[in-house]
Amino acid sequence: MNHKTFFWFFFPTALAMILFIALPLTSIVSQSFHAPHEEVLLVAEICDPFGCETESTIDHQATEQLKQDKPLGRWVGFEIYADRQHLAFKEVAQFWQSRPSFTGFISSLNNLPFYRAMGFTLTYVIVVTPLVILFGLIIALAVNSLHRHLKGLMVFFSLLPMIVTPLVGSLILFWMIDARGIIGSGLQEIFSDPNLSLKASTGLTWITLIVYGVWHSAPFAFIVFYAGLQTVPKETLESAMIDGATRFQQVIHVVVPHLAPLVAFVALIQLMDNFRVFEPIVGFSAEAHATSLSWIIWNDIGQEIRLLSSAATTSVLTIIGVVILLTPVLIRTWREFNPEK
Amino acid sequence: MFLRKIATVVALTTLASSVWAGCGISEGRVSIVGNEFPAIQTVGAGAMECAGGGVTVEKNLTADHQKINVPGMQGNPAEFTTAIVANSSIVALMNNDVIRPLDDLVAKHGQGLKKSQLITVNGNIMGVAFMANAQHLVFRTDILDQLGIAPPTTYEEMLVAAANIRASGLMDNPVGGAYKAGWNLAEEFVNMYIGQGGQFFEPGSAKIAVNNQHGVDALHMMRALSNFMNPDFLTHDSNATSAEWKAGNVAIMNMWGSRVGPLKSDEVDPAVANNTDIAGPMTVGGGSTPASTLWWDGWTVSKNISDADAEATFIAMMHAIRPEMLNDETSPLAVWLIDGYQPTDAAKGVFAAAAMGTTPYPMLPYAGLMHSAAGAELVDFMQGKETASQALADLEAAYTTAAKEKGYL
Repeated sequence: MNHKTFFWFFFPTALAMILFIALPLTSIVSQSFHAPHEEVLLVAEICDPFGCETESTIDHQATEQLKQDKPLGRWVGFEIYADRQHLAFKEVAQFWQSRPSFTGFISSLNNLPFYRAMGFTLTYVIVVTPLVILFGLIIALAVNSLHRHLKGLMVFFSLLPMIVTPLVGSLILFWMIDARGIIGSGLQEIFSDPNLSLKASTGLTWITLIVYGVWHSAPFAFIVFYAGLQTVPKETLESAMIDGATRFQQVIHVVVPHLAPLVAFVALIQLMDNFRVFEPIVGFSAEAHATSLSWIIWNDIGQEIRLLSSAATTSVLTIIGVVILLTPVLIRTWREFNPEK
Repeated sequence: MFLRKIATVVALTTLASSVWAGCGISEGRVSIVGNEFPAIQTVGAGAMECAGGGVTVEKNLTADHQKINVPGMQGNPAEFTTAIVANSSIVALMNNDVIRPLDDLVAKHGQGLKKSQLITVNGNIMGVAFMANAQHLVFRTDILDQLGIAPPTTYEEMLVAAANIRASGLMDNPVGGAYKAGWNLAEEFVNMYIGQGGQFFEPGSAKIAVNNQHGVDALHMMRALSNFMNPDFLTHDSNATSAEWKAGNVAIMNMWGSRVGPLKSDEVDPAVANNTDIAGPMTVGGGSTPASTLWWDGWTVSKNISDADAEATFIAMMHAIRPEMLNDETSPLAVWLIDGYQPTDAAKGVFAAAAMGTTPYPMLPYAGLMHSAAGAELVDFMQGKETASQALADLEAAYTTAAKEKGYL
């Protein structure tokens, strides 16, 4: 392919990447280094149905010119990255110096929003990702061994959890696990503990979110592996059978190595998705027990206070987190496709 | 036959146009954003009556209104020509400079308004209030009568009553409360802290000052109450708490006046609905100021729209809150500030709150930052994971970080 052809071939992709990836990235990175201008407050008499009071209000005229000249706000450099709501360098250093023990240090870190969110997010990623791959593989093997008339139907049903919108799926489960819902009261019956509540304890909330995460994402791994299973070479399987391999040995020694590149692919996507865990936290109203970086972003821009710079900073940190998490998988993939000569 | 059809259509159109002509506007764009409880739905429906001919009226009434009203009013022309707000949320609109002074429009079209309905900042009219609201006591007469308990007037009495009800075996978790982590939990803290006599900020400054004995006492009372609540209380907002009430699981709670109507509706089990009664807000810690806040709801007009649209919006919203809209159905929905409103039984809680000198929710530019920091930082204390003063220190630190970013400190 000559350069000109390549250029025109690649141009639409490049344009989309610039518009939808590069520009938003530039925007959040520059936003994260700026904060709104300092407001000038003036005392005003504010009257409402309950009477008049002298209270502070914002003097817009005082800063109007400044805001027009510098619409991005004032330059603050890494100030927001370092503040308590983000990396909190000062607080962390303080905790480290006054630590009673290492666990004491960890539990005081849990008091800072960013590290609290990272705590849950990383646990979620580490637990959910392998479980999704494992369950996806088991479901794929099970469906693949069914009679061909049943396969279509089972594929459809196995995909349902993924088809349901995450927010809706988690809301449905939220009401089912309520102390008065079918699963919630069922569990109370099983453990004969009338005060058992999945929503009231941090540990149980985490387990609920993780179970939900596996339930929601396993179909994705399943469908990828199921497609992969259709390409497993029959000859190898048959020769394994002749050699006397059990079904389990066939899976371990023939099927799994064949699917290895797909495992890397699913792991890549799942690491990325799970790091951005968000909908179940909102759906399960779990913010008292579990938060994630995406939830912090949503909380910053979703309320009337609209902390845009703070949200931009957390977004940049999320991207850095995703990159760090993906590096090992990416290096592996790179090596596979560029074998050393 | 064909002619008759045409004649019918023409007649219907004329009829319809005579209806919208009743609002007195012939053209313009009206677009409303606001909260979604029944009283506001009524106001929204009233404004919709002005649609027709050259007038378009749209409404977007949602619990998420605070998230969309500022972005929807910052463009030029603004998507929303009016936002229905309360004393807390008008601050966000003023902070972002997206609403216009209404002095000329009030002079031209606002003859029916009472002076007390006008929200003014240094004499400039920024909004028009149409209803008042407050949280106050809601109780089950049958349960309290059965145990011979008087409706509590203080939170300390509420705790005693709750212990009695639990001991009697009538209910396991007799206390209700919208304690959902976030806005609701912060609102209960604001109530309780005011009841304890606390001040949120150092006078005349944006410097927060809640880490004191008032704050600690307020938090301890909230935790004591939560021991008598459904263990899932940190996930219960006003809707979920109302559902608990309707299901007959709760006997005493602090709840919004505007939420009482639905608790007594025909759809609720009569055993609950007929025994639901209300009283004024409670005090706490021996204080005389109720542990509650007074709220108004009103509407504003966008700055970034044409004067013609602003005028159409003003007239449509005036139509929505005209005295004739009050009837047997709409009167119990709220404490209307509209001329000619006759207080109903459902209003006595809010009236008691006003009579007891309940503090209005603070209309400060940085009050929202404090509220939002409280909603996130107090949950650890409510779960028993840290001390009250640690939670308050966290709240102050989170607020200070946000206020610095926003340029208030």
